[in-house]
Amino acid sequence: MVMEIVCPAGTPAALRAAVKAGAHTVYCGFNDETNARNFPGLNFDRSEMREGIRFAHAHGAKVLVAINTFPSAGNEALWHRAVADAEACGADAIILADIGLLDYAARHHPGQRRHLSVQAAAANADMINFYAGTFGVKRVVLPRVLSVPEIAAINAETGVETEVFVFGGLCVMAEGRCSLSSYVTGRSPNMNGVCSPASHVDYHEENGVLDARLGGYTIHRTGNGESAPYPTLCKGCFGAGEKAGHLFEDPVSLNAEKLIPQLHKAGVTALKIEGRQRSRSYVAQVVRNFRAAVDALEDGRPLPEGMLAGLSEGQAMTTGAYKKTWR
Amino acid sequence: MQLTVGPNQFFWPAARWRDFYDDVAASPAERVVLGELVCSKRMPFYQDCIPGAVERLQGAGKAVALTSLALITLKRERKAMAELAEMGVEVEVNDLTALAYLPEGAAFSVGPLVNAYNEGTLGWLAGRGATRVCLPPELPLQSVETLARKGRDLGVEIEVWGHGRVPLAISGRCYHARLHGRTKDNCQFACEDDPDGLDVRTLEDQPFLAMNGVQTLSDSFACMAHQVAALRDAGVTALRLSPQSHGFAALCGWYRDLLEGRMSAGALVAAVQAAQPDVRLSDGFLTGERGVAWSGARGAA
Amino acid sequence: MSVATQPIPIFPPTAAIPLRAMPLAPLSLALTAACRRISRAHPGLIRRLGEHDHCAFALDPTDLPVVLLLEPNGGVPRLRVMRGEVASDARISGPLAALIGLVHGAFDGDALFFSRDLVISGDTGAALALRNAVDDAELDLAEEFSAMTGPLAAPMRRIFAMAERRTGVALTRPEEAGTW
Repeated sequence: MVMEIVCPAGTPAALRAAVKAGAHTVYCGFNDETNARNFPGLNFDRSEMREGIRFAHAHGAKVLVAINTFPSAGNEALWHRAVADAEACGADAIILADIGLLDYAARHHPGQRRHLSVQAAAANADMINFYAGTFGVKRVVLPRVLSVPEIAAINAETGVETEVFVFGGLCVMAEGRCSLSSYVTGRSPNMNGVCSPASHVDYHEENGVLDARLGGYTIHRTGNGESAPYPTLCKGCFGAGEKAGHLFEDPVSLNAEKLIPQLHKAGVTALKIEGRQRSRSYVAQVVRNFRAAVDALEDGRPLPEGMLAGLSEGQAMTTGAYKKTWR
Repeated sequence: MQLTVGPNQFFWPAARWRDFYDDVAASPAERVVLGELVCSKRMPFYQDCIPGAVERLQGAGKAVALTSLALITLKRERKAMAELAEMGVEVEVNDLTALAYLPEGAAFSVGPLVNAYNEGTLGWLAGRGATRVCLPPELPLQSVETLARKGRDLGVEIEVWGHGRVPLAISGRCYHARLHGRTKDNCQFACEDDPDGLDVRTLEDQPFLAMNGVQTLSDSFACMAHQVAALRDAGVTALRLSPQSHGFAALCGWYRDLLEGRMSAGALVAAVQAAQPDVRLSDGFLTGERGVAWSGARGAA
Repeated sequence: MSVATQPIPIFPPTAAIPLRAMPLAPLSLALTAACRRISRAHPGLIRRLGEHDHCAFALDPTDLPVVLLLEPNGGVPRLRVMRGEVASDARISGPLAALIGLVHGAFDGDALFFSRDLVISGDTGAALALRNAVDDAELDLAEEFSAMTGPLAAPMRRIFAMAERRTGVALTRPEEAGTW
């Protein structure tokens, strides 16, 4: 079976671009803190969601709705409503992370297919099987801490479909378990759906040297002519002991296109592209590339060479944790 | 309000580890969680000391729990967690994987690294047998109040991060190994050199974070001295103190004095700062604009 | 798309000369009218700006001697062409081709930013909201300007046609539906 390409859409225009570019599946979220890409100007209101899903279905593509932040205490109704509205809009599945919300969805919307978000950081077969057995999860998005052999081992031990990230921004920390952003800005992926939010970023350029600060902390300093990464704090340049540099992760982005055959062999069902915050042009280009790759794999042709370097953060690529030496 | 000693997050030699829990046995804390939280590679160095420590602590009248790892991926880690569930001591779940090994209905507690953000999750955990939940450190006071109320209804004790460097992230990658140009498999236990974590500073030399193997912590030490009254009003039943290499027994004593009204918040802060002159404190997750904020800086006392 | 493979074209300095002396008020009026028409035709534009819909955005084509000051005014936008120092809440600077390519979806904003073809200063959140709002609107500036009427319409269209020829700047929206 051909591997499923799952692509991001931050706007209805990006959703249409993704579908036209050959995405099998598109994922998106409502325009509030229920989704983990709650960025200014992004995401779907209810009628845009309904219309987007209708458009995708008319062209044979599926839509997954990410409701993958952790509901805040006293305000769970917002998340409950998102689950109900996603089902009413015709979502093919909802992507959830919080156990309270999974439990709610399983009890109140049993007919709605449930995927486990990467934000749940289910990193081993026991945990995945636990989510499947307890909440009826049909697919898990694997955290970006696993190597390809580990993914193969997981697939050997579970009947749950697995989806893995193949392109885009890379969390170096276990997703859904990181409070770095709220420590510095008061806003976190788990609670607000944002990491290192733009509202707390400021750039300062002097004599060609560009300082990028987050919450007043200098995260990055870029010299004349060097490419400039967004100041995501785990990818910043810091000092510790006698050393200075990218202590946590280089400002690189994930590109696992060369690993597609191995991921296929490892039993992976779907390949996920990160980037709901990126433009429709990014979405279209990346989708076309990966769709061509999985189609080639299916037909037994050699994989086309990638052309995606310019789209990457810092314009550098990594295969991330898929190769064990990354650790 | 009770005092809980959280699991030591750092890598200490066995002798220091043993001495530390001897001190804790003599401290005024009611509850102690111990075992390895951060990295399974550290376990062989001191795991033989654990049963003795559990016995001493229980003998001193402490309630004792054993923590799960914070991130369980490898086969041997899964095996170790399954064994943990069979040791006959309460387990503190810090990775939901550990739940999968606990018999249905068995009582357990939940640590701060499990995402218990709302009433639904708290209710579900209680239904599974959770009797105590230490809330994630990033929760604001408003959430703590709501969850403490819910906890009271459910019969679940609600605990809050009280003092110590805040665990902010966990990764598959070891930063200590990376700093020393080694792979995780060949880390040579570089983290052992930093018994309270290694300071991470910005390019402008501003203190920022601390690295501890696969874990990233805050540079600042959380200190809930100024928040104790609000937490007690909210119905929080325990404060968690996180082990540090120096002066921990005294710290437990000060917090006990604070809770009993024998010491003011200002005096506690002054004592902490006298004992650790370059310490930076924070309590911003609870009431500030951001985690690193410190209410003491506003002149509160 | 050609972000990394081709340099962004720079507006030829000689072609920009008229902008140094040309009276800007009539141009501002015409652009404001065009802007209002666009915002009526694409209500999502203002909606997506959300809390930033009263910010002042300076769009600074670094290869032209002018700055465009865009004020959405919560749905009654104003677009003024200005010279010299322009105060704003957020500023997006880059070659005209990069700014227009962004509007047309020919370029990816993040990619332009990573390559430093675009520089953002001031309220980054507001700049991001504008970028995302514009990306969703699927605008075609050439079409919008051809819909312009009034005494400036014909000269504007001529300027744009010339600019497109002289610079290779994508002033019309490229066909995105490659495999469609």
